[in-house]
Amino acid sequence: MPVSVRSAPFEPYAEVAAHQHAVFGGRGQFGATAVFVGTMRDFNEGDAVQGMTLEHYPGMTERHLDDICATASGRWPLLETLVIHRVGEIFPGEAIVLVVVWSAHRQAAFDACREIMEALKSRAPFWKKERLATGTRWVTGNTAGYPASKP
Amino acid sequence: MPLITLKLFASLAETHGWRERQRAWVAGIRVIDLWCAETGQSGLPARVLCARNMDYCPPETPVTPGDEIAFFPPVTGGAHAC
Repeated sequence: MPVSVRSAPFEPYAEVAAHQHAVFGGRGQFGATAVFVGTMRDFNEGDAVQGMTLEHYPGMTERHLDDICATASGRWPLLETLVIHRVGEIFPGEAIVLVVVWSAHRQAAFDACREIMEALKSRAPFWKKERLATGTRWVTGNTAGYPASKP
Repeated sequence: MPLITLKLFASLAETHGWRERQRAWVAGIRVIDLWCAETGQSGLPARVLCARNMDYCPPETPVTPGDEIAFFPPVTGGAHAC
């Protein structure tokens, strides 16, 4: 159930393939893999965004990501999870966050992936500062999520 | 002398001009008392969150020697405003 906070860009689909191979090898007990990739856009609130800086609270971030994944694993029958989150200087088109859930069936994979992402956005201590042509600004709130269905 | 560590993050660190400092622990002190002492404000603004030893906590939480107390704005992780 690894979580990783990284300052270097990562290729999300290569991470999915590598982790799946490392954990499961050729064995096929997982029937469902749900993947969420959050990518940096080049616009927000009507403004062109050139890049952003993602700050986090080292230690607390990893602890809460671990807890979020453990909670999801208690609610749904999951085989494995993987969370990778970028920090530092990020540019449009780069992956910000990757959430992957492997399970036997699709409902657990879909629901747990969404729940992990929603919990991450509401609890994990990350803060975004956008770079615009006119200067920088802190992002002051997340867009509203939506409740996951019950297992 | 028992110490506590204080941390500010993101816009709060910019506003107040520091990110980490240590202070002497005082018996009976609470998280909110530290905020008021360090910022000169009379209370915790609604959009300031606090954590004790990396867990979210209410402002009235008692502080014990060696604690790490952090203050920060609402979190905005995950995908970019997706």
